[in-house]
Amino acid sequence: MFELLSFGENGWGDEILDGVAITAQLAIATLPVGLFIGFIVAFAAMSKNKPLRAIGYGYTTLMRGLPEILTLFVVYNGAGLLLNALIKWWSVGAEPIDFSPFIAGVIALAMVFGAFSAEVLRGAFNALDEGQVEAGRAVGMSPKVIFWRIKLPQIWRFALPGLGNLWINMLKDTSLVSIIALNDLMRMTKVAVAFTKQPFTFYLVACLIYWLMSLLSEMILAKMEKNANRGIRRV
Amino acid sequence: MEPFEIIIEYWPKLLDGALITLKLTFLCTLAAAIISPCLALFRVNASPIAQAPLRLYISFIRGTPILAQLFLIYYGSGQFRPLLQEWGLWSFFRDPFNCALLTFILNTTAYQTEILRGGIMGVNLGEIEAGKALGMNKMRILQRIVFPHAYRIAWPALGNEIILMMKASALASVVTIFDILGRTRQIFSRTFDFSIYLWAAILYICITAIFVLIWRQAELRLNKHILPSDHLISADDSFQSTTVKRLRDE
Repeated sequence: MFELLSFGENGWGDEILDGVAITAQLAIATLPVGLFIGFIVAFAAMSKNKPLRAIGYGYTTLMRGLPEILTLFVVYNGAGLLLNALIKWWSVGAEPIDFSPFIAGVIALAMVFGAFSAEVLRGAFNALDEGQVEAGRAVGMSPKVIFWRIKLPQIWRFALPGLGNLWINMLKDTSLVSIIALNDLMRMTKVAVAFTKQPFTFYLVACLIYWLMSLLSEMILAKMEKNANRGIRRV
Repeated sequence: MEPFEIIIEYWPKLLDGALITLKLTFLCTLAAAIISPCLALFRVNASPIAQAPLRLYISFIRGTPILAQLFLIYYGSGQFRPLLQEWGLWSFFRDPFNCALLTFILNTTAYQTEILRGGIMGVNLGEIEAGKALGMNKMRILQRIVFPHAYRIAWPALGNEIILMMKASALASVVTIFDILGRTRQIFSRTFDFSIYLWAAILYICITAIFVLIWRQAELRLNKHILPSDHLISADDSFQSTTVKRLRDE
């Protein structure tokens, strides 16, 4: 069994590691895009403008009600069709291009992450102590300084546990891109299974790798939470 | 794209898929609802060493993608085919529906156990003591005090978990089950009409919305005695006013 997982010609170790690299890249690329969407949607949902607020709430409700894999198919197939239609409209004779599954994966996962993180961020904004903002104003801070010095560090502290959970969920959801032909961990495992006819061994290995990544994330997140909560009085 | 022609032609198939989605979700939720209270009690009361296997199981389920779990059971069982045939279990594992159902049961049981554990730990100790003071035995206390409270606390989180499970059941389409997404992919591969995906999205949203409404009504009912009375006006007031009116008329 260990021969199968060794590196080099005979083993599948290096192929699977390549898959792990794609999975990690996908998750890391999604995080900033997803957080950006999350902030925008959270601000929209908290704005005084009624239509904007409706859009914010509508977006979170919609995205949270749809299966992640459906979102992925819609983005992958839909954006591909849209892109090719645009190219055809631009110049009739152009070759149709394939929409990159990696980008489709990032967009779809970020859309989902954005919807869930918007809720977490909104909760964090609501948990802010008004008095501290007033204190900032009283010592003459500008709104910008108040945001960076008072609001953001606290939002970070309140939102971190929720965002950590979302990160782990998103890490697991990256396995869905294997269905749209991206060579991530899941897909490479599938290839190895097709060659070796040892499905249980390889899917178990894949599970163990995902598990390891989740546990590692949890450990790092616990450290970050400790760091974010430094200087907070414990009761 | 011709969204209306597509839906007029294919709505029976999509509805068929919806039934499979609902069936999968209902069955795995039901199984988990039966198993998880026992596991949650065990998780609260047993010694740390005794519950180590349970914690390992829950950590594994929560740390791995449900798609990987599904493949592990559906494709992985093939590796043990001779053994499973010997035990007469092969006909079970050969059917993708059974494998998907088993995966979803194992998955949602782990989550529901943790949710319910939180609920049980949230029960006020004073109330359990009150039960003891009244001479209730352990079974009675669980039945009359611990579980009613634990479910009240856990209710919203349980609802979320059921919605997540309903959404995750779309993965069953990957192992050739014709649920909503399975039907949608089938229709898309025949017609290349993208609008069928949008119809599927609408269907999923409708199921979620209806479920949320039902779950919230159930929650109001569970918490009837705690809620401020204005929450119940919609139900009770209308009832009262009609009775009063009827009495007046008479």
